[in-house]
Amino acid sequence: MLLIHCPHCGPRDETEFHYGGQAHVAYPEDPYALSDREWAEYLFYRDNDRGAFAERWSHAAGCRKWFNAVRDTATYEFTAIYPMGSPRPAAGASATTEGGAR
Amino acid sequence: MADLLPEHPDFLWRNPDPKKSYEAVIVGGGGHGLATAYYLAKNHGMTNIAILERGWLAGGNMARNTTIIRSNYLWDESAGIYEKSLKLWEQLPEELDYDFLFSQRGVLNLAHTLQDVRESQRRVNANVLNGVDAEWLDPQQVKEVCPIINIGDDIRYPVMGGTYQPRAGIAKHDHVAWAFARKADEMGVDIIQNCEVTGIERVGNQVVGVQTTRGPIATEKVALAVAGDSSGLAKLAGVRLPIQTHPLQALVSELFEPVHPTVVMSNHVHVYVSQAHKGELVMGAGIDSYNGYGQRGGFHVIEEQLAAAVELFPIFARAHLLRTWGGNVDVTLDASPVVSKTEVQGLYVNCGWGTGGFKGTPGAGFTYAHTIANDEPHPLNAPFALDRFETGHLIDEHGAAAVAH
Repeated sequence: MLLIHCPHCGPRDETEFHYGGQAHVAYPEDPYALSDREWAEYLFYRDNDRGAFAERWSHAAGCRKWFNAVRDTATYEFTAIYPMGSPRPAAGASATTEGGAR
Repeated sequence: MADLLPEHPDFLWRNPDPKKSYEAVIVGGGGHGLATAYYLAKNHGMTNIAILERGWLAGGNMARNTTIIRSNYLWDESAGIYEKSLKLWEQLPEELDYDFLFSQRGVLNLAHTLQDVRESQRRVNANVLNGVDAEWLDPQQVKEVCPIINIGDDIRYPVMGGTYQPRAGIAKHDHVAWAFARKADEMGVDIIQNCEVTGIERVGNQVVGVQTTRGPIATEKVALAVAGDSSGLAKLAGVRLPIQTHPLQALVSELFEPVHPTVVMSNHVHVYVSQAHKGELVMGAGIDSYNGYGQRGGFHVIEEQLAAAVELFPIFARAHLLRTWGGNVDVTLDASPVVSKTEVQGLYVNCGWGTGGFKGTPGAGFTYAHTIANDEPHPLNAPFALDRFETGHLIDEHGAAAVAH
């Protein structure tokens, strides 16, 4: 089981969290301007990399707040936790930044 | 000591070095890749082909699945390809001349809520209309098919009935792979292990070859059959796929005398169970929630499925867990596979089988081979092309096939 550092509540078991998939997928600025292919990209196509992956989690059984994380999809190690709306931190940032282990 | 060892049994396939070029190259030496090669050679006369396998033959999800075979899917498109697959399963032991222990012991899909009951009965009706054997059983009839199930009403999710497909069953997964491999090899297919594809070469929009850890190979047709690694391989050709890779776990108990005569699946309490020929109880459940390539998941997923299993089968409480493991499965958003041409000429994808690819092995191979040989969809895989995500013609088996695929 993963130990996930909620930026508000501290380290908690994975079972308290809900997974939200890839982070930073913005709603299209003008959906009507999109082709069917572009709309399909927005709805159904997500990055699926092996290695560092920026994703969303929600502390569903705790504070119920969403946050972003960078996690390695091969080792499952978290390398960054950061607030919704913030850009993805540069590689090398620590998992305990942004109050991850408060 | 060495002189006491028996002779090595006959090898079932050669281990050739890769040639400079092939008419087609299949990436991935699992069940789907092997079946595809077999049908390419047998049905389409394409024998100048190779299977390139990064590790060893059938060592990925083919070695990790829970071997359930069934075709009782809701939608017409699914019934078409999965029922074709089941019909192929029924003739393959003789056709491949290999007894891979295909056992049509039936599958029960249990219903635990009123909604389950309605959905199940609807699915039975849809199955019958599509020529798939299916019937609705009340709890007493469920008990007659599988006497060890607890049908009492004093559990959290009592059994309110179930659907039954008598022709469903299980098979011995590694023997299936060896059977396909031997026949494909006999027809001239080169099965090349320890050969990782590291690049896909294009000239303009046409595939012209692959780079591998054992040198470059020229070919105008590259067919992917790599399950959880589909996104990464397609990316080598600049193609993006609507796939998310997740860990999926399974487990076995120690060996027991035969106690469980069929296959039982429950979407609502989240477990599926059969008993292998050797005697282990084989169980699985749903994927771990997050994207992952680690071939492992969380133990709480195992705990949940064991809790569900023990409530349904009280005698399992005395069983010991022997082993758990995980694989990487390729999941689509409509829980249906992709068997398709791509925007790159000569690049074909067979992926997205997610948690239920084993049962589809012959059906995928049969239709995928048609697509590769003729550069066009087979009538049975046409609905599973990539363009369904643009046209909106999704084949949403989430409700019907649900977690237990």
